[in-house]
Amino acid sequence: MKEFGYERVHDVSGAVALLGADPDARYLGGGTNLVDLMKTGVERPARLVDVRELPLDRIEDTADGGLRIGATVTNSDLAAHPDVRSRYPGLAQAVLAGASGQLRNMATVGGNLLQRVRCGYFTDTAKPCNKRVPGSGCPAIEGEHHNHAILGASEHCVAIHPSDMGVALTAFDAVVHYETADGPGELPIASFYLPVGDTPHLETALPPGALITGITLPPAPVATVSRYRKVRERASYAFAIGSIAAALDVRDGVVHEVRLAFGAVASRPWRAHEAERALTGGPVSAEAFAAAADAELAAAQTLPHNGYKVTLMRNLVVAMLTELSEEAVR
Amino acid sequence: MAPAPSPTYSAITLNINGEKHTLPVDHRTTLLDALRERLDLTGTKKGCDQGQCGACTVLLDGRRAVSCLQLAVAAEGREITTIEGVADGEDLHPVQQAFLDLDGYQCGYCTPGQICSAIAVIEEHAAGWPSAATQDVRPEAGATPLTAEEIRERMSGNLCRCGAYVSIVEAVARAAQAAQSPSGGSGDGIGATEAEAAV
Repeated sequence: MKEFGYERVHDVSGAVALLGADPDARYLGGGTNLVDLMKTGVERPARLVDVRELPLDRIEDTADGGLRIGATVTNSDLAAHPDVRSRYPGLAQAVLAGASGQLRNMATVGGNLLQRVRCGYFTDTAKPCNKRVPGSGCPAIEGEHHNHAILGASEHCVAIHPSDMGVALTAFDAVVHYETADGPGELPIASFYLPVGDTPHLETALPPGALITGITLPPAPVATVSRYRKVRERASYAFAIGSIAAALDVRDGVVHEVRLAFGAVASRPWRAHEAERALTGGPVSAEAFAAAADAELAAAQTLPHNGYKVTLMRNLVVAMLTELSEEAVR
Repeated sequence: MAPAPSPTYSAITLNINGEKHTLPVDHRTTLLDALRERLDLTGTKKGCDQGQCGACTVLLDGRRAVSCLQLAVAAEGREITTIEGVADGEDLHPVQQAFLDLDGYQCGYCTPGQICSAIAVIEEHAAGWPSAATQDVRPEAGATPLTAEEIRERMSGNLCRCGAYVSIVEAVARAAQAAQSPSGGSGDGIGATEAEAAV
C-alpha cells in the first residue's frame, strides 16, 4: 500500500474544502471497498478525508412523504429502520442481501453508491483493464466473463455494478444529493451512473471533489408491495449473478403501476423501462410477465459464458411478479 | 496549487477492552495489525485480510466489524472490544461457554471471530433487526424467531474451514436462549429448539 495522509472532518463544508480538487485524495466512509482496493494497489490515494463522523447519519421524513437518508447512515441502520422496512421493504431486503453483518455495520450509503466493480481484471493490477488504465484493453471479453454484463455494455468494458442497494434505489427513483465547493447539487439515480461507452473509467456524473451527502426516496405508495430477490452462487455472502427489485400495484385485475430494476446485468443498476411499459395497464398473468421480460431483454448482448443471465432474468421477472401479484390485489 | 504533503503517520490512542493504548502508527496500519503486531492482542485472527472470512471480527462501539478493513487511525475514539475483552474476569461470556459446551469449533482459528460475531448477532436479533432469511421484513410482521436458518444467514460472514457449522449454529442458539432467560433454562426457547432439532 502507498503511504497516505489522513484527516478526519466533522462538517460538510470542511470536508469539501479539504478534499478540494485533489485527484489523489479520496473520501473515506466505512472503507470496506476503498481500503481493500488500497491493499491491492488498485487505489493509490495520497490523502484520505475521513467523513464517517459527519452529521449525515439520520433517516428522516421529507415534507412530501418520502424519506431522506444521510450519506453516512450504515447499511445496517438503513435496513433496520422501521420506515424503510414498512414503506420500501424491497430496499431493506436489497441491503440485507448484500455482504455480511460485519460489512453492513461498516459500509455507508454514500460509499455503497460509489463502490467499484468486482471484475477480476479490474482488481488485478497485473492485468489490462480499460477502467483502471484507460486504453489498456478489456481481457474479460475474451476471458473470464461468466458474471459480466448483458445489457448496456460496450467493447471497452463489460463489468457489472455490484450493488444490491442501488438496484432498489433505482426502482424507487432515488435522488442523490451532493456538496461541492460551489454549493449543493443533486442527480436522479437514473443519470447518476454514466453509460460505459468508450470511457469506462468515468463512472458517475458527480463533479470532481463532490461529496455525497444523502439520498432522497420520493413517496412511492407502490413500494409498500415491493421485494428484492438475489440469485448467487452460494446461499449467502456472495455477489449477485442476477437480481431484481420489483414493486407492483394491481387494481381491478389490471397492472396499475409496476417498478422493475435488475442487478448484476449492466455497468449500473438497470431500470427495466421496456418491461414496465409492456406491463402497465395490462393483465396479471405469467404470459404477460414473460412477454414484458422478453421486451426488456431483447436488447441483451451476451458473451459466450453469460448467456444464462437472459433466462435467469426472465425467470426472475415472472417469479417475482407472480409472487407480488398475490400480495398486490386490491 | 498542490496541497502541502500531509504526514503519513500519527500518534493515536485506541480504547481497547476499556484500556487506553497510545501508539504511533503508519496510516496504512489496519486495526487488525495494530492489535496483533503492536499491542500483543493476538486473540483476533488474520485469515484472508480482505474482508471475506470474518476471522478478524471485533466489536466497534458494540457492533461487529472486520478489523482487517478498518484503518487503526480511523478507529481512534471508538470503543474496541476484542475476544480478550468479552469475558467478565474469569467468568466466560455466555457465548464463549456455549461454544465450549457444544464444541462450536474444530481447529479454533476462526473461533474468536465467530464468538465476537455471535455476541453481536444475538444483540441485533434482540433489537429486532431483520436478515436476508427473514420472510417479511416489515415491522408490522413482528419479530422473527432466531431459527437455525436465521442464525446461518446472520453468521454467514464468518467462515469455518473445518466446517464446524453444525455445532456453531447450535452454540449460537443456546447462547441466544440463555440471553432471553437469564436463569439459563434448557431447550424450550424457540430458537434453540429449532436449531438443535436441525442438528
